[in-house]
Amino acid sequence: MALKIVKGSIDRMFDKNLQDLVRGIRNHKEDEAKYISTCIDEIKQELKQDNIAVKANAVCKLTYLQMLGYDVSWAAFNIVEVMSSSKFTYKRIGYLAASQCFHESTDVIMLTTNQIRKDLSSPNQYDTGVALTGLSCFVTPDLARDLANDIMTLMSHTKPYIRKKAVLIMYKVFLKYPESLRPAFPRLKEKLEDPDPGVQSAAVNVICELARRNPKNYLSLAPLFFKLMTSSTNNWVLIKIIKLFGALTPLEPRLGKKLIEPLTNLIHSTSAMSLLYECVNTVIAGHDVNGSPFLPPFSLALFLFLRFQLCVQKLRILIEDSDQNLKYLGLLAMSKILKTHPKSVQSHKDLILQCLDDKDESIRLRALDLLYGMVSKKNLMEIVKKLMLHVDKAEGTTYRDELLTKIIDICSQSNYQYITNFEWYISILVELTRLEGTRHGHLIASQMLDVAIRVKAIRVFAVAQMATLLDNAHLMTGNVQRKGICEVLYAAAWICGEFSEHLENPMQTLEAMLRPKVATLPGHIQAVYVQNAAKLFATLLKNQEGNTDRTAAQETSQLMIDRLPLFVQSANLEVQERASCILQLVKYIQKLQQKDVEVAEEVIALFAGELNPVAPKAQKKVPVPEGLDLDAWINEPPSESESEDEQPKAIFAKEEPKHSRARHTEVDEKELAKRREARKQEQANNPFYIKASPSSQKVYQEAPGVEHIPVVQIDLSVPLKVPGLPMSDQYVKLEEERRQKERVEKKKKEKKKRKEKRGGRGKKHDSGPESEEDITPAHMVDIVTEEMPENALPSDDDDKDPNDPHKALDIDLDKPLADSEKLPVRSHRAAEALKSPAEDGDAESPASQEPKKKSSKEKREKKKDKDGDRKVSVKNGNPTRETALWMYIYGDKKSSKHKKKKQKREKEEKEKKKKKKHHHHHHHSDGGGEESVQNGTVEEEEPLPVSVCHQSFTEIDIQGNLQDGSQVVVSVIFENKCDNFLKTMEFNVLDSLNSKLQRPEGSGPHDGLSVPFQLPPGVSNEARFVFTMQSIVMPQKLKGTLTFIIKDSSTHEKLDFKLHFTCSSYLITTPCYSDAFAKLLESGDLKCSSVRLEGVNMPFHHLLARICFHHHFSVVERIDSCASMYSRSIQGHHVCLLVKTSGQTVSIDAKCDEPTLLGNVLDEIKQTFSQC
Amino acid sequence: MIKAILIFNNHGKPRLIRFYQYFAEDLQQQIIRETFHLVSKRDDNVCNFLEGGSLIGGSDYKLIYRHYATLYFVFCVDSSESELGILDLIQVFVETLDKCFENVCELDLIFHMDKVHYILQEVVMGGMVLETNMNEIVAQVEVQTRMEKSEVKLSRPSG
Repeated sequence: MALKIVKGSIDRMFDKNLQDLVRGIRNHKEDEAKYISTCIDEIKQELKQDNIAVKANAVCKLTYLQMLGYDVSWAAFNIVEVMSSSKFTYKRIGYLAASQCFHESTDVIMLTTNQIRKDLSSPNQYDTGVALTGLSCFVTPDLARDLANDIMTLMSHTKPYIRKKAVLIMYKVFLKYPESLRPAFPRLKEKLEDPDPGVQSAAVNVICELARRNPKNYLSLAPLFFKLMTSSTNNWVLIKIIKLFGALTPLEPRLGKKLIEPLTNLIHSTSAMSLLYECVNTVIAGHDVNGSPFLPPFSLALFLFLRFQLCVQKLRILIEDSDQNLKYLGLLAMSKILKTHPKSVQSHKDLILQCLDDKDESIRLRALDLLYGMVSKKNLMEIVKKLMLHVDKAEGTTYRDELLTKIIDICSQSNYQYITNFEWYISILVELTRLEGTRHGHLIASQMLDVAIRVKAIRVFAVAQMATLLDNAHLMTGNVQRKGICEVLYAAAWICGEFSEHLENPMQTLEAMLRPKVATLPGHIQAVYVQNAAKLFATLLKNQEGNTDRTAAQETSQLMIDRLPLFVQSANLEVQERASCILQLVKYIQKLQQKDVEVAEEVIALFAGELNPVAPKAQKKVPVPEGLDLDAWINEPPSESESEDEQPKAIFAKEEPKHSRARHTEVDEKELAKRREARKQEQANNPFYIKASPSSQKVYQEAPGVEHIPVVQIDLSVPLKVPGLPMSDQYVKLEEERRQKERVEKKKKEKKKRKEKRGGRGKKHDSGPESEEDITPAHMVDIVTEEMPENALPSDDDDKDPNDPHKALDIDLDKPLADSEKLPVRSHRAAEALKSPAEDGDAESPASQEPKKKSSKEKREKKKDKDGDRKVSVKNGNPTRETALWMYIYGDKKSSKHKKKKQKREKEEKEKKKKKKHHHHHHHSDGGGEESVQNGTVEEEEPLPVSVCHQSFTEIDIQGNLQDGSQVVVSVIFENKCDNFLKTMEFNVLDSLNSKLQRPEGSGPHDGLSVPFQLPPGVSNEARFVFTMQSIVMPQKLKGTLTFIIKDSSTHEKLDFKLHFTCSSYLITTPCYSDAFAKLLESGDLKCSSVRLEGVNMPFHHLLARICFHHHFSVVERIDSCASMYSRSIQGHHVCLLVKTSGQTVSIDAKCDEPTLLGNVLDEIKQTFSQC
Repeated sequence: MIKAILIFNNHGKPRLIRFYQYFAEDLQQQIIRETFHLVSKRDDNVCNFLEGGSLIGGSDYKLIYRHYATLYFVFCVDSSESELGILDLIQVFVETLDKCFENVCELDLIFHMDKVHYILQEVVMGGMVLETNMNEIVAQVEVQTRMEKSEVKLSRPSG
């Protein structure tokens, strides 16, 4: 009913095209969402129609809606339908939609393999182009594997338009299917010298992308690229090549020298700024790598003549350039020099600091990046001071946050290498807490913790600072906007608690920590407060008990008891638990105190022991003990049979490992002791094992002369009362004074020395500016190393991203190809299964030998290449995914027929032998199958004993399009796979009683239909034939023949085939609503049948997709692992399915008004799943 | 590699989006919003490069954009692309649009998003630059347009 209404309004709806939709949306600005939802409803109706034009129009509109943020993945199947239209216009719409919304987990992608393959081999280059473009956006590992070989063939297509696209898409294929890289690489290399510049550019593009990640594998291509660089005039190609050389020169210093000349020429001749910049960039990158300068003094002389004076020293001009783009790029280039020549950049500090004031944020960020590498012990304080000024001025939180992280990065880099005065650093951190609205509170907090834990000398100072912070906590918590910064209190509370022995006024801090206001802090911070209040309490007790004034200690306990209940009521579990524990503890202590018992020692013991810093990677580095196999089962999982219960619960039982809890194997004490001993021995001998030497952690060496350092004598109490005061500045001043003093002292010493050595030869002058080494840290700082587990091995590989797809592409490309590496060619699993033994015996090559499409051009090339390792053929092709939207013609397998065929082949063989004397031919038995009738010769490479490439001259895909009650349209794709022109093709089928081929009026019942085209070699085309069916309840097989003439031989050739009409092909996907479906089932007119499928190992939605796809059903409703499906035959039979899955078993209950049809459909479904 | 190409107007309305890496629709919209936010507050006389789009890619990626009248053309690329090269490419793309639409303006992009996609497909494929020669791009686009027209003519009488 609904369908009819829809049909009536086709015209109206078809009127609304993309432009109308856009116009409509623009006219409904107020209720856009509502308007679009009605449009989507219309689109849904349009998609249900048979007319492909309507569907394509709907899909086009969906693509637009996708851009507006609407999820259109529900129409994925319709998109596939539109993609498979034979018209370019619709195909293009389909592929565009697919490229916009398909991704790796889109189910229907697996249904597209054959369609894409068909389009790739289309005679129309734009069909191929559209398919390649689409595929480049949604290629999956499966598609890449199945289509790699087809795409590789296209790399040698006659049209450059296709070649360049095929070359480019290979990169995507490599990423998804790394095994294809080696077989495809020789051809890719060839394309570097393609006559067409576009193809060349594409090949350069792909190789540059590959080489960027794994440059060492591509060093051997350097001469080829060198040649290209000197010959190419395409700036785009040149830029890519130069960038590639930039990646290669660090690996091969000799390359650098060779590059000087061509790069110089380019720099002089080009007018393109982009090219010029890349040249300079590469020169810089190649400059002085591994101590072998590639442009030693030459660089200076050379660049002085340049238009933009872009030498290392003169980059400055670029940065001072008024063009902001060049300024940006100049800074970018500088960051590259920084890595090799930090000194030369450091002299431009003024300029870079000036860039921090630039109005452009991109430039400011670049400048910040440079600062990171420019700091030294000498200038750190100064630079950070400048940055702090910028922090104050900066508008916009992002930039300020960036400044903040950069300050912390700069200071903490390489284990606080450049920090000479940690008191200064702590005060910088404290100053940073004044920042409004920063997100990086936790960053500051972790720095505070890190410094306080690892730099023991700073603890007294840090604790004092933190105590002030806690005291002024209201400054941080007061404002809602400052939420991020209160993380700092976490660090402050912990430091005050943990190192409470250093506190000047612990009582005051304890009170600060127990203020009612604390309860407004986030839970995790409150928890730390509570815990550390307890630590502080312990310290206080110890102090107060020593004083012999008992009341003070009791007052402290009372304070705790008064304040803690607030936290006991906290909604946060952690806070509540800690608070109630500690409250009980303190109550108990109070009791003891009243009895005059000394408890301090015992309370202190609760928190005894030092917490050591543990390296973040420590856990990962714990070595797996010998003999422990982490992948082995501790207990064998319960066997399959146990869980193969039909109850769905059984599935869950299998997933629950509870039953198989580990039972520790008993190891006797002796064995354990032995192992322990062995491990100790190993540790002792392992140089990488960081021994827990007590000296590094516990003994803090007072440096000689530490008393002289003025820093220690600062009156802390004054500035610290006001945390907002920038006090870090005074450290800069103090530092200067200290250094001055040191210098004076040194001079004295040297004078002394000189006096002693008077008359000696080595007269050392004390030069003005001190060198890096001369600066001694204010504190002899002992930075505790982070702890690593025993036996940890130093390895740097753990920084790499294991998911990086390029890791898989690190493949040696110079090694000759092994047989096992060849690309899979599409193979026909079903055909193998069906192959008769007689045939197998007949075939010279093993059954697994699969036909290989190969253009003759490619073969010629192969002959030129004497290596012989480039041959791409397949022995064990991966079976392609089953994708049969089509009915298939099976090759004739009857032995009687076979004889006939054989004779024919022999004839053919003779002919071909005449033509190509150097080729030996032999017959391949029908290697086709499902979708192709392949009847051709197999050519052999001469040195090889087995055939490697099969050339069949036709391939027939039959697409069943169904219309009317009794008509079936069969579209056949003829593909000429041989080297000769085929003409006068005639298609004929032996009619049966039930089914007849529709012939034009006036022709006899046995006349063939002529195919309306001729086929040049390697070309395919499609023809359609209409059949009339009487009954559709049974599957049918029709025998037929195709006759044709090979142009040069002008003899008639014949090819037998069988058309297989399955019952599923009489079904039309018809949507059905669940209520209608329920009524249908209730009506009682339907006969029942059921089938069980075992061992189906695929997700349920795949299973459903497969049934929908192959057997033209639609899902009515799906609930968990149960779904109802519906379809209708062309003669109006209803077919209803109820599909249930449990484990690997699928049961299908079916109802249909025609039991025979139902039986056959179920058989076919069974067949489909037995093939997978 | 180019990770994404975004065209939006001065108000942040998307006119064409082309991601070469999968993002769910809501994330795509978020990226557009964020990118618009970053780009729109920049003066016309600052540089055309932008770092720090947190949603798309990491530190290796940057946004390279051009502003034409009412439209922003934003390319998100990684370090294998030349910054100035991409700027030139945007220019080529816009000039191609200008040729194909004859004095292109925002309205052309609004009503013919599909055509803009088809033109873009001849310039960039799967995130890699396919063709930089404008004449070649225009020629290929025109052949395909002609094909489409001839198909329409064919289908009219029959359907």
